[in-house]
Amino acid sequence: MTPREIEALLKERFGDRIPESRLDGLCSWSLVDPAAILEVARFVHDDEKLKMDHLELLGGVDYKDRIEVVYVVNSLTYHHRYTLKCRLPRDNPRIRTVESVWKVANWHEREAYDMFGIIFEGHSDLRRILCPDDWEGYPLRKDYTFPGKYHDMPV
Amino acid sequence: MGVLEGKFEDNVLVTSLDWVFNWARSSSPWPLSFGLACCAIEMMATGASRFDLDRFGAGAYRATPRQADIMIVAGTVTLKMGIRIRRLYEQMADPKYVISMGSCSNNGGPYWKYGYHVLKGVDEVIPVDVYVPGCPPRPESLLEGLIQLKDKIRRQTIARKSEA
Amino acid sequence: MNLDYSGDIMTLNMGPQHPSMHGVLRLELKTDGEVVVEAIPHIGYLHRCFEKHAENIEYPGVVPFTDRMDYVAAMNMELGYVLAVEKLMGIQVNDRVRYIRIIMAELNRIASHLVAAGTYGLDLGSWTPFLHCFRDREKILDFFEETCGARLLYNYNWIGGLMFDLPEGLERRIIEFLDYFEPLVEDLNRLLSYNYIFIKRTASVGIIPPEVAVSYGITGPNLRGSGIKFDVRRNEPYLGYEEFDFEVPVGKGEFGPVGSCYDRYMVRIWEVLQSCRIIRQAIAKLPPGDVHATIPKRVKPPVGEVYMRTECPRGELGYYIVSDGTSKPYRVKVKSPCFTVMSGFREYSRGAMIADIVAIVGSVDIVLVELDR
Repeated sequence: MTPREIEALLKERFGDRIPESRLDGLCSWSLVDPAAILEVARFVHDDEKLKMDHLELLGGVDYKDRIEVVYVVNSLTYHHRYTLKCRLPRDNPRIRTVESVWKVANWHEREAYDMFGIIFEGHSDLRRILCPDDWEGYPLRKDYTFPGKYHDMPV
Repeated sequence: MGVLEGKFEDNVLVTSLDWVFNWARSSSPWPLSFGLACCAIEMMATGASRFDLDRFGAGAYRATPRQADIMIVAGTVTLKMGIRIRRLYEQMADPKYVISMGSCSNNGGPYWKYGYHVLKGVDEVIPVDVYVPGCPPRPESLLEGLIQLKDKIRRQTIARKSEA
Repeated sequence: MNLDYSGDIMTLNMGPQHPSMHGVLRLELKTDGEVVVEAIPHIGYLHRCFEKHAENIEYPGVVPFTDRMDYVAAMNMELGYVLAVEKLMGIQVNDRVRYIRIIMAELNRIASHLVAAGTYGLDLGSWTPFLHCFRDREKILDFFEETCGARLLYNYNWIGGLMFDLPEGLERRIIEFLDYFEPLVEDLNRLLSYNYIFIKRTASVGIIPPEVAVSYGITGPNLRGSGIKFDVRRNEPYLGYEEFDFEVPVGKGEFGPVGSCYDRYMVRIWEVLQSCRIIRQAIAKLPPGDVHATIPKRVKPPVGEVYMRTECPRGELGYYIVSDGTSKPYRVKVKSPCFTVMSGFREYSRGAMIADIVAIVGSVDIVLVELDR
């Protein structure tokens, strides 16, 4: 399916819970209402015409006024690819986990939590993954200040 | 080496003992099998067919720090790893030597400026004997570093603390 | 396997310093005697902040950092990045650049698979294949050194072109190397792949069923080892891979169930031969041209975002780049194939013996820096 068809299918199914889309050759995406992400994820995973069984990438982007979570999904059956996005408030970003749809989301979400402080509700094991457990701050946020010292080692 | 420190002058006995000890130590510096990042691949290449680290008696990579004489810190040391490296170093038996291989472990290398999770030089946590520059150093550079270390070992004496 | 355990669970730490952990992976093993009930990977010991660096450095300056991400296959890593930026800027490179990129990427794939096979043999206790693999890998590194001056980290693919053209007569020497090398794969097979002990250690160990592989987003040789025929070069061609005639090998389950360590290993060996085929075709078709013709004076992509995926030796490598119109990327997110393959480790290592954990970690062929970035 082309991105246009995928977008039409999502729009038809979810209506105004897909408030915005942009289709171009680079990276076609649709904005998804954060409250509906689990439902949309399950739909694109299970739907016969979409069958997007491969979660390629899940990551955050800090836009200074908001944080976006990006899901790039891919179908191994039909070889099409699409991007879903959710906009979250910068203070206290919270969203439902999609771990139950794609198992790989477990680690991806831990990484997004580690780097951006996004809380994934219902996640089975939300701990830091790359930085040590006692690390402070979320490194990939744009206003992150580097720590002077970690334990007794200078940074 | 600390036990006899300052008790003797250089005499026939001391210098002969020195010679024996240093010959043994410098002829078989067994490295700890411990690779971190890019430089570890070059370290492996040094140990493999073309460069053949065994020529210098240093080809026997030991898996445990307790059997190793030298530690080649090959790659970027992160803060999470820094604590473990110090522990590994403390587990090694004396006399022990450290070769810091590559820019990252010398001073942070390319990760110097924005690396919030990178230790800026392994010498912040353990003492280093020889620094090998390069990103990554060629196998020849590592061999040169090893030869330098051997020279350093040969200059040691049991009568004085080594000038580390 | 029956997972009915006797009771006493012992926790055993494997790594970060362990000779067969391919760097600094740490596994927390919950063992019942020799059987591993649960193996929990802990990563981040080599997290060196690639994504933070990429946000603070101009576009061309990020290329050396991508090199350092997967140092065993640096050509492929930078290729993915420059293709993403070129896509964002709408640069069309000429055919010579395309073909040289393919030749370099495939040569690096061979070198990377040789490291994988050699160290896998080393993990399982055979030292000789390692020496053989590294001997041939050095010959490939010589080509790279001749072309761009570096052995391991090249910075050869630039945005919009290449650093240098191929040196005089390199095509001929690459063909000579392939003539010499292709029969040696059979040598390696005799030495390692069809070795009785090797088969016993790998053929029915660490089985990744296809549905687990898909759910955990496993890609590349590890996915194909589970019998799923998906290769980005074939299914979403970039750089004109559709012009080339090559096969996508999948695991056949020769000595045990499909998706075992042995299948993943064999897929890599077959891929080496396919890469040789691609290189021969690319050299035969190599057109003349100027490799610097399309290099932009200033790299300043328009506002927008791009997702580009390529097939690197370890699997599918994706770059998600957000541009805000300045000369530095706003955000670079890397889809790392090793990260996804390790995320499922807990599942496919359950019930293995402790000694088999080494075989499983070796068979998925991870590079820790790419995992941690």
